[in-house]
Amino acid sequence: MTAPSTRRTVGLPAPLVEIQQVTVQLGTRTVLRDISATIWPGEFIGIIGPNGAGKSTLLRLLLGLVRPTAGEIRILGSPVRRGTPHLGYCPQHRSFDRDLPITGREFVGLGLDGHRWGIRLPDARRDARIMAVLEAVGAGHLADAPLGQLSGGEQQRLAIAQALVGDPSLLLLDEPLASLDVRSQGEIIELVDRLRRERALAVLFVTHGINPLLGVIDRVWYLARGHAVIGPVSEVIRSDVLSQLYGLPVEVFEVQGRLFVSLPDEWAHHQHRDGARR
Amino acid sequence: MSIPLQYDFMQNAYAAGTIIAIASAVVGFFVVLRGLSFAAHALSHIGFAGATGAILLGIDPLLGLLAFTLLSGLTMGLLGERLRGRDVAIGVVLAFALGLGALFLSLYTRYATQAYSILFGTILGVSRDDVIVSLALGIVLLVAVAVLFRPLVFASLDPEVAAARGVPVELISVVFLMIVAVAVAEAVQVVGVLLVFTLLVAPAATASSLTRSPSGAIGLGVLLALLETWAGITLAYYSRFPVSFYISALGFAFYLLARLAGPRLSARRSRPVDRPAPRG
Repeated sequence: MTAPSTRRTVGLPAPLVEIQQVTVQLGTRTVLRDISATIWPGEFIGIIGPNGAGKSTLLRLLLGLVRPTAGEIRILGSPVRRGTPHLGYCPQHRSFDRDLPITGREFVGLGLDGHRWGIRLPDARRDARIMAVLEAVGAGHLADAPLGQLSGGEQQRLAIAQALVGDPSLLLLDEPLASLDVRSQGEIIELVDRLRRERALAVLFVTHGINPLLGVIDRVWYLARGHAVIGPVSEVIRSDVLSQLYGLPVEVFEVQGRLFVSLPDEWAHHQHRDGARR
Repeated sequence: MSIPLQYDFMQNAYAAGTIIAIASAVVGFFVVLRGLSFAAHALSHIGFAGATGAILLGIDPLLGLLAFTLLSGLTMGLLGERLRGRDVAIGVVLAFALGLGALFLSLYTRYATQAYSILFGTILGVSRDDVIVSLALGIVLLVAVAVLFRPLVFASLDPEVAAARGVPVELISVVFLMIVAVAVAEAVQVVGVLLVFTLLVAPAATASSLTRSPSGAIGLGVLLALLETWAGITLAYYSRFPVSFYISALGFAFYLLARLAGPRLSARRSRPVDRPAPRG
């Protein structure tokens, strides 16, 4: 508990998120074990790991949608609570009905005041704020388009705009690249990187593979079996580190600047036995 | 030829029909948005057992109807996620409820017409008191929807994000099913338990496919429901056919037209396809 104040005295910014020895049990399954990490303002962190490793749970912990069984989490010095304006969240992609009577503008507006009771009254400042964030994510032309008829990449841009409209300090993106083609994937990564630089925004970006994020992220948070390692890519995506994390001999290859993690056959059995479903 | 409005029973029919059409279309928008049309259908059938049970006990059928729809709405809401994809379970319960209704009616041998009116509606038989009850229930419904409006849209569209933003998603889902329960009890008076779909779902679904915003969809839904109800009551007055037939036929016709015209309309109004997003 003394760590943050010590840092402040030596002139470093206050940490955005402090996670101390957090364990999460859902039913009989331990999803995360003894996780600790500190996230600093403006950091871009990629969260990767196999299915069922607890990536989404980690985001849901920060949002207060899942409670830790043990340990403590503080966001800007305060305990986690639902509805904090410091966080913006895009969950895994959902498909929307084609007929859904919601425009891009209204969808984004939910991020601003969708949680307030009652009917919304016309408000020019609110409209301007929504339009500004739509422009910022390159979706100004989607303001009046029906949400259900947009492509996956366009919907993802709107979801990011919705998460950003409340002006958060930390953006949580759960699998934003899933179900997108390679070009749209590149565009989304470029967009997120630009936004975090312009807005000094910290980003937690959950994805399956590390390669699209190489050269963009500051640190990688690798999860497996409920355990986690966090650090620069060169210190985490290594045979020795990942072998320890998986508890099995893992090999990391580099081919033309791309990283490949090779898991032994036992992993598949292990996954199967452990029921690492989600 | 006589004018319908000169009779008290017709005035009552138009008044109750107007109130119920508005309330049904507003609630119906969220029934469609949340994919609850089967639940609404089930609630009406369960309400049938309540209404016939009330007749047997000599109580106002509307009270029995409300008691059953509210109770089952509450149960559905509390079961929440566990009920998702359990259409068969809901179907078995609703069939049993209809069966119970049949039993209650056979025990009560005096008026078979009571059963007919619960099944297909009694709008031409409502009294001044019924109109006042409908108005009170309608006001409760509209106020409840207005209070819940934004979090209800948010939670229906994106429950994960809504919950993360602090919306009490589970509570809203329970309260909304209670709202549906009251709306079903209202709609049953006009079109009966078998045709609740025609007021609660058809106008809202037609409107949703033709509009782009919740307020637009609700506005158009109300307009359609009013047109169908007024036309239904008027046509029934000048012919031998029942009101619920006309309302359901008009609801079907509007839905069909929207389905046929909808894709062309939205294609014409739509943005240029996949214009690349500006960069940098």
